[in-house]
Amino acid sequence: MKTWIEKQKALIDFTLASLARRKIKNLGLLLVYTLIVFLLASVMLFTHALSKEAGKVLENSPEVIVQRLVAGRHDLIPPDYLERIGRIRGVQKIEGRLWGYYYDGVLKANYTFMVPQPDALMAVESGKIAIGATMARMRGLVPGNTISFRSYSGKLFSFEVSSVLPNKSELVSADLVLLSEADFRAFFDYPPDHYTDIVLSVANPLEVRNIATKLSTLLPDSRPILREEVLRTYESIFNWREGIVLVLLSGAILAFAIFAWEKASGLSAEEKREIGILKAIGWETGDVIKMKFWEGALVSLAAFLLGYIAAYLHVFRFSSLLFEPVLKGWAVLYPRFELTPEVDGFQVATLFLFTVFPYAVATIVPIWRAAITDPDAVMRG
Amino acid sequence: MGVRLSHRAIAFFAIVLALFCSTFVDAAYLRAARAAALAESGALAARLGLTDLSLFTEARYTRHPTQADLHSAFQDHPFAFEHFPSGSLMPPPRMLTKEYENLDRKTESPD
Repeated sequence: MKTWIEKQKALIDFTLASLARRKIKNLGLLLVYTLIVFLLASVMLFTHALSKEAGKVLENSPEVIVQRLVAGRHDLIPPDYLERIGRIRGVQKIEGRLWGYYYDGVLKANYTFMVPQPDALMAVESGKIAIGATMARMRGLVPGNTISFRSYSGKLFSFEVSSVLPNKSELVSADLVLLSEADFRAFFDYPPDHYTDIVLSVANPLEVRNIATKLSTLLPDSRPILREEVLRTYESIFNWREGIVLVLLSGAILAFAIFAWEKASGLSAEEKREIGILKAIGWETGDVIKMKFWEGALVSLAAFLLGYIAAYLHVFRFSSLLFEPVLKGWAVLYPRFELTPEVDGFQVATLFLFTVFPYAVATIVPIWRAAITDPDAVMRG
Repeated sequence: MGVRLSHRAIAFFAIVLALFCSTFVDAAYLRAARAAALAESGALAARLGLTDLSLFTEARYTRHPTQADLHSAFQDHPFAFEHFPSGSLMPPPRMLTKEYENLDRKTESPD
């Protein structure tokens, strides 16, 4: 065993010395390789953590939301709908929600105005609002300040900021403005007893789909949205974005693959001569292959480990700085949030297989071909 | 004689491997440290009945993707183009962009 270890160490010594002779080229390769792993791992870690976060945050979102559609557009819920839906057997709790969008010309941003449900214990007094931390930061507001909004009817409404929602919940509350029902109805000129949509909970969770079917039959203009659909939407959004980034990256990955294949499989004249000399001085084919295996393994393992560590730090310690502009889009209000690290071991293993394995194989195959030929022929090229 | 190259390589890989393993330890630490924030967001979402993350606030259908139907990105006016980066990576359905028969060939006199 000791001899075997010593032999491998000697091979590694030789491999590293050989790599050091073409220092710039090999360092360049390591750098590009590390960068590719870094990008792939960053996308993977970021999207996985974000979709997990969305799943956890939204796991207690309303069980069923009922919207009303008119000519394919979202419309207000008329007063009798609450009572009609309440009559469906299995519907446990039913409430009308009031929420809508307001465009603030000062910040050039959209806010989400919302009336908290009575049982949310977050009631806001008339004339006051509670706002999200991102909005408070962008508008420079603190509790006690007054802010005016011009409503869609042209009237000016002034509200006192009663509180700022916790910083820690920015991911869901960046643009939220909570206000009282009376203020909401006056501000948006809502007809009495009309609601934006309806939320309901179902006594038996297994019956949710049946209730949704009954809803569609009873009120054909309604569109029920189930919690599982909400969660699935987020899963598919992040899968889609991950896919898009990977497609964009695929050009770079392919370029790298060609570069690595060329570097690993096409032997330079110098390398061929080296193999010829090694064979001429008595190295066996197996030894030459082992030496090249070490070369592939050391380079690809170093690139994988360095790239993964850098990606981890980027996503979880530096708030995914590189992805922020992509995610932000045109959004003026962008929440500050720190992702909870959720690392999927299977994904890491897949990344390892897809980055390390092909390179290691690509280095061995041509060497094997060169190593089995006659040393004299190899040296002569 | 200096340190053997293989020993340097072993030391390098030991350090990098330790760092790699420490990312998992760090992940566990951060999960515990950030659990409160996650719980707070979850609690707020549950209390207010929130359905979406406020990540993409530029348009109603990007702010609340789960509440928007499939066509809301194209509802601003007939033949509206989707104009926000959040959605612009996704092409419109094929049926909306397919070409119609060219009618100009049927006119008897040129315009």
